[in-house]
Amino acid sequence: MTVPKKLVLIGNGMAGVRAIEHLLKLAPDTYEITIFGAEPHPNYNRIMLSTVLAGSTELKDIIINDWDWYKENNITLHTNQSIKKIDTQRKVVISESGIEAPYDEVVIATGSKAFMLPIPGADKEGVIAFRDIQDCEKMFSAAKSYKKAAVIGAGLLGLEAARGLLNLGMEVTVIHKHPYIMERQLDEAASLMLRKELETQGMKFLLSKHSASITGRGRVKELQFTDGSHLATDLIVMAVGIRPNVDLAKSSGIDYNNGILVDDFMNTNIPHVSALGECVEHRGVAYGLVAPLYEQGAVLAKRLAGVETAGYAGSVTSTKLKVSGVDVFSAGRFVETEGSRAMRIQDDVAGTYKKIVIRNGKLVGAVLFGDTADGASLFASIKSGESIEGREKELLLGISSDLLGKSGGGASRLENMPDDEIVCGCNGVTKGAIGDAVLNKGCHTFGELKACTKASASCGGCKADIEGLLHFYAGDKVGESAKEGICGCTSLGRDEIVEQIQSMRLMTVKEVMHVLDWNNKEGCSKCRPSLNYYLGMLFPEEYVDEKESRFTNERYHANIQKDGTYSVVPRIYGGVTTPADLIKIASVAEKFNVPLVKFTGGQRLDLFGVKKEDLPKMWEELEMASGHAYGKTLRTVKTCVGNTFCRFGTQDAMAMGIKMEKAFERLNAPAKFKLAVSGCPRNCAEATIKDLGVVAIDGAWEIHVGGNAGVKVRACDLLTTVKTEEEVMEWTSAYLQYYRETGQWNERTAHWIDRVGLDTVKKALEKQEDRLALMERVQKALSVTTDPWKEIVDNDELRKNFEPIAGPLPV
Amino acid sequence: MSKLLIGKLSDIDIRGSRTVRVKETEIALFRLEDGSVLAIENRCPHKGGLLSEGMVCGTVVHCPLHDWKVDLQSGLVKDPDDGCVMTFDTEIDPEDGAIYVTI
Ligand SMILES: Cc1cc2nc3c(=O)[nH]c(=O)nc-3n(C[C@H](O)[C@H](O)[C@H](O)COP(=O)(O)OP(=O)(O)OC[C@H]3O[C@@H](n4cnc5c(N)ncnc54)[C@H](O)[C@@H]3O)c2cc1C
Ligand code: SF4
Ligand code: FES
Repeated sequence: MTVPKKLVLIGNGMAGVRAIEHLLKLAPDTYEITIFGAEPHPNYNRIMLSTVLAGSTELKDIIINDWDWYKENNITLHTNQSIKKIDTQRKVVISESGIEAPYDEVVIATGSKAFMLPIPGADKEGVIAFRDIQDCEKMFSAAKSYKKAAVIGAGLLGLEAARGLLNLGMEVTVIHKHPYIMERQLDEAASLMLRKELETQGMKFLLSKHSASITGRGRVKELQFTDGSHLATDLIVMAVGIRPNVDLAKSSGIDYNNGILVDDFMNTNIPHVSALGECVEHRGVAYGLVAPLYEQGAVLAKRLAGVETAGYAGSVTSTKLKVSGVDVFSAGRFVETEGSRAMRIQDDVAGTYKKIVIRNGKLVGAVLFGDTADGASLFASIKSGESIEGREKELLLGISSDLLGKSGGGASRLENMPDDEIVCGCNGVTKGAIGDAVLNKGCHTFGELKACTKASASCGGCKADIEGLLHFYAGDKVGESAKEGICGCTSLGRDEIVEQIQSMRLMTVKEVMHVLDWNNKEGCSKCRPSLNYYLGMLFPEEYVDEKESRFTNERYHANIQKDGTYSVVPRIYGGVTTPADLIKIASVAEKFNVPLVKFTGGQRLDLFGVKKEDLPKMWEELEMASGHAYGKTLRTVKTCVGNTFCRFGTQDAMAMGIKMEKAFERLNAPAKFKLAVSGCPRNCAEATIKDLGVVAIDGAWEIHVGGNAGVKVRACDLLTTVKTEEEVMEWTSAYLQYYRETGQWNERTAHWIDRVGLDTVKKALEKQEDRLALMERVQKALSVTTDPWKEIVDNDELRKNFEPIAGPLPV
Repeated sequence: MSKLLIGKLSDIDIRGSRTVRVKETEIALFRLEDGSVLAIENRCPHKGGLLSEGMVCGTVVHCPLHDWKVDLQSGLVKDPDDGCVMTFDTEIDPEDGAIYVTI
């Protein structure tokens, strides 16, 4: 066996790690790999920072390769370690903190740096770039305490930052030195249309303005311009361009110009030192988009693996604006010059614009605004350099698109697309490759296609096309195959697990993990509670609940607070109480020195700051049932006063609510659920943002489902309207049980409904016999529940867990 | 260093935990499935969460506040987070199940 050679990658970013992924496939055991990254994170998708800032993705979702990936591939990863020098004589790299790593081959992929205007005050607090996770976090926190933001630079990056800051609730002004925005990607007409659109979204523009200085004591207060005017602002994001990061080339004697100079095989002038990504300059060009960098990575990986390659010959790029809500696309040389001809159509009613630029009978550039469906095919034509003579009009009008009035525009466009046309520009995935993955490699879901081909794995702009092709190739088989595992311990999805548990009658969490071959035999804090729930749901009468597989709150039947104390919420059915109960709660609160008593949003009383050892004693004195304010169970049924006192009331909302709370208290579910009952459509109990809300109308009850008031508000959908209270109970029972049986653990009804579809739910509950069967099953589950507080109060063995061990004795 | 008698095995449920305070330090004791008892300082290095209240998976406890994972044997926080807690040697008397901790 040969000893693996040492490969060191400097820069844990998009280009470098992609090259490594490629190399691992081509030559798995050839290198012992070490990666140094200056950031504290594993490899993440920088492109998606725009989407994170705009609020539609979370930071944790943009990790491309998580920590486990490095381990699984035996890669040594040093995060937070910046390399300061490569000693090309001794063949070692040296980090700022003094770590040295020897190499046989070293790859520089240090990306670029945001260019900061060298004006006075640019070093003040509140002046930042938009380049990495840290910048995003700074913007999040600025938006919490400040109102006004300025973005300097109206290019792609600047506009994406501005859009994100708007979403964070800031007032945003974009400053640009040119008279029109995105001048490097758009012609004047498209630029104007874009500006108008962004202005209606609330973005303000100051054009033809040159920044002169930044003032403010400590933190930025004002931005001054060369014409003497100024703008008050609390935050400045500079998005005026990027510069290839050539620091290492400088300190290590490697040739550079604008970027580190490389040949077609990514070699620098020093043997065994390669470079790729935004930090390099190839044939005079430094790129700032991932597609060309990935092509470079493929070439480098082949060279390092000893696989033949024709080398990298440069790329034509295309751009898209991601988060503005308007589609903008441009590619190639889209400004007409002498010797080229342009054709354009502009539709101000539909808000679309299209321009193509032709030179010597070939397509050389294009701009699309509003409708960018033809972007990929135009881009393919530019890249291929084919003659388009005689087809100019066709290209302008869109090949077989809706413009020509043919039916099924979108689908037929995908159908007619040639196999070698690139659908995913970032990763260079062709239609043919998608077809192959679906037909021959068994990819039947979007996630699988993405994992297998990398299509849509970077900017995500092609998602609609990829999904379209998936349907085109897979037809009815879409979504049929294995889903992602419920956690890192298994590759099985929720449905498979539930099915296996049922068919094999597995009876404990351990057994499930064992029989279904968990790759982590102990499970984790995600799968253990899930399994505990599924087992209890499937076998309500036989399964013995495992308290060790429940979270703290559900083990101690109270909500743990950040200081380690707990909160106590007694059950108050329907939010309707009595003076006697209030006196009891008040005296218990006094006796135990409860520091905070508060009404909750769900009309209950919450006693905060309780020590763990006091919990059972308080429950004992309260003699009230647990309000279950801590569990994945029924929380509260909120009610309005209804026709008992209210002049608008049409039904007895309080009685209905109390009846429901008594019926479903203690019922566990995939996630917590909240109910409400309003006595008329004025809806004072806010029933239409609950998991299930009942609204009385004259002579009937409406049942609304799937609402949520959390991070993202989702209003309920109307499930049905019924006449009697009995029917309300029947539908509610059936609905809750159907959710219990089909929901994923930790999935609120709002997400569940969006996932399975309202129609599916309606269909499942449509027939009365089905509803009754579901109702019977929910009754069974309810029949075995007991009040946890009482159980603990009466049982010393359970009570001991609330107390510290008596005391240590020296021996 | 001193060896202290803390309690007996039956004081702690299997896969459960109890706490004990020794002067300034609160110690969390975990009884694992294999019968062993491990002791660590009851304070998550992240934001001070009470590790005794966390879920135990194998030899790892998940902090109840933000799910950091702390190895009970080494006291080290698992990736992707970083940190460590104090661990204490434990001994169990096979005869009477008495638990001793060395501090
Ligand atoms: C907000 C935003 C949106 C974008 N949108 C798009 C888009 O829609 N489409 C598109 O194609 N491109 C987009 N890009 C550009 C794209 O992200 C970059 O082209 C790509 O990330 C460059 O890859 P890279 O590996 O060369 O550099 P990077 O991904 O920047 O990686 C370089 C890494 O090296 C590290 N590093 C630097 N110096 C050292 C050192 N001395 N030692 C150790 N580590 C070091 C850096 O910290 C960094 O983590 C966007 C970029 C941003 C910031
Ligand atoms: S929802 Fe209607 S019945 Fe209930 S309190 Fe409001 S107005 Fe009165
Ligand atoms: S305090 Fe333990 S994870 Fe945050």
